[in-house]
Amino acid sequence: MSVVRILFFYFAFVILLSAFMGLRQRSPVKALLWILLLFVHIGGLYLLLNAEVLAFLQIIIYAGAILVLYLIMLLILDVREEERSMLYLKNWQSRIWAGLLVSFFFILGSLTFVNKHRGEHTLDKLKEVGPSKILGRLLFEDFTFPLIILAFLLLVPLLGIGLLFVKRRQDGSA
Amino acid sequence: MGLLNGYLVLGVLLFGIGLLGFIIRRNLIMMLISVEIMLNAVNIKLVALSHFMQDLKGQVMTLFVMASAAGAVAIGLIILLMVYRNKGTVDVEKYDLLRED
Amino acid sequence: MVLNSNDMVHLALLSFFKGLIVLGIMLFHAAYTVYAERKIIGRIQSRLGPREVGPYGLLQPLADLVKLLTKEDILPKEADRFLFKLAPLLLLVTTIVNLSVIPFYPDFIIADVHVGILVILAFAGLGVYGVILGGYASGSKYSLLGGLRSAAQMLSYEIPLTVSLAGVILAAESFRLGDIVEAQANSLFGMNLFPQVIGFLVFLICAFAETNRAPFDLPEAESELVAGYMTEYSGFRMGLFFLGEYISMYVMALLISLCYLGGWSLPPWMLSLLPILKEIPPVLILLVKVYFFIFLFIWVRATFPRYRFDQLMRLSWKVLIPLSFLNLLIVMFFKLLT
Repeated sequence: MSVVRILFFYFAFVILLSAFMGLRQRSPVKALLWILLLFVHIGGLYLLLNAEVLAFLQIIIYAGAILVLYLIMLLILDVREEERSMLYLKNWQSRIWAGLLVSFFFILGSLTFVNKHRGEHTLDKLKEVGPSKILGRLLFEDFTFPLIILAFLLLVPLLGIGLLFVKRRQDGSA
Repeated sequence: MGLLNGYLVLGVLLFGIGLLGFIIRRNLIMMLISVEIMLNAVNIKLVALSHFMQDLKGQVMTLFVMASAAGAVAIGLIILLMVYRNKGTVDVEKYDLLRED
Repeated sequence: MVLNSNDMVHLALLSFFKGLIVLGIMLFHAAYTVYAERKIIGRIQSRLGPREVGPYGLLQPLADLVKLLTKEDILPKEADRFLFKLAPLLLLVTTIVNLSVIPFYPDFIIADVHVGILVILAFAGLGVYGVILGGYASGSKYSLLGGLRSAAQMLSYEIPLTVSLAGVILAAESFRLGDIVEAQANSLFGMNLFPQVIGFLVFLICAFAETNRAPFDLPEAESELVAGYMTEYSGFRMGLFFLGEYISMYVMALLISLCYLGGWSLPPWMLSLLPILKEIPPVLILLVKVYFFIFLFIWVRATFPRYRFDQLMRLSWKVLIPLSFLNLLIVMFFKLLT
């Protein structure tokens, strides 16, 4: 067992455990803390895959921004622990359908998966130029157009928030 | 080759857990979180394939997923806030204005 | 990952001892910064500051430590016990981890990762959890409101901080702090301060807000708003929060000196004017810059009145964020010229 293998199994175990615990936890704040553990460990998994930039971006974006927004929203709205509803018990068919769907795609994927493609970014090349530099060049030279579209996509929520506050000010309601 | 299958199976399991959470939980916030978990499961697969196939395009895709997820969260939370103002709850079972009975 | 196990043990031991050295020095500095703060603020307000314990009151930090440690450790009845204990540790640990990617002089760095700045930003982002959880777990309304207030503050000042750092990263074309210092030493002005004055100012203001220092110390404005998320904390747990704050002051001061003032290098024009400056050991140059910023932190606290919360938010969203993008544009322009 190499170190990488041991680390992978540790990360995989914690990721699955924290996702499971997070989704069965009834107190929303504690659930979010399990999810925080999940996101940080996914960042660790990216470190094993030589994606350092992505690993820390994962922590900055998911743990540092998205989850904090959820947490603040949770505390502002004063969400109580949710009751176990009847739907939770009645709704077993949809769970089975979901399980079947995922396993169908899993089987389909593993049957048709071809591991032939080899790109030009080998480890030696990454070490020579620097991984973040290669990633940046790829992002800003080969993917310029998707990047611009993404920028417009991100502009929409910004405008939405702005519109919301302008409207609220006109209403005079807090 | 090595661990690629491990990463792929991990991605599938995580996606399954996320989907299950999306179905089971009745709390709108937790449902949105489940969507995030599913996106992360896909991200793990993308990065793993990118590493084992020696092509950084997978990482670029992951970056795009992350950025659009951040945008989606902003929109989703605004909608959540507005719905909460109207209904006073985040329980999706209580959103039944269009139900007939 | 092609290290063999012998190399790995060697590397681990080396990092461990480096970490111990840095941690020891930093704790000593944090303790004496409290003393320096009380002395300097005392002088500014025409008082003498602490002078009873030891000569010139030099043993005052020790006395403070004994006082904090011997106080009763109160757990509020309504508190969530586990989270209440976790929160100060979380804040402290996420701050201390930042020190591991900061170079103190060319060859002394605990972990020489090539994404140093991203690591610092990531752990600064995680520090917010300590604040929110501290507020939530106390089970008191004052704490919860204070925690939310400071979380909103830290979140909105992280954006201009990151964008102004993007200018630095663009100028050096690297995430590694060592490369950033080198790039500045080879540049025209010798430091990033000159093409990027706006970025420097934005970063400085955000550093005050991120470390919860005056004039943005709403989280702990004890004279006006109760003590924010720290209301229910006492004894050594409160001490941990304060330790975290002082260490994060040092992290921010180090970061400003490394990113904008050229770190351990001096500008070439200064060296050509006074060649004798070459003899100064690099770590001393960095220390002088860091001490200047620590003094600035204390000076500002004694001088400026506190911001109101809505003014604080307006400053970030309407002034600092547009300015930081302007800075980024200026850096891009310079980059195009050369």
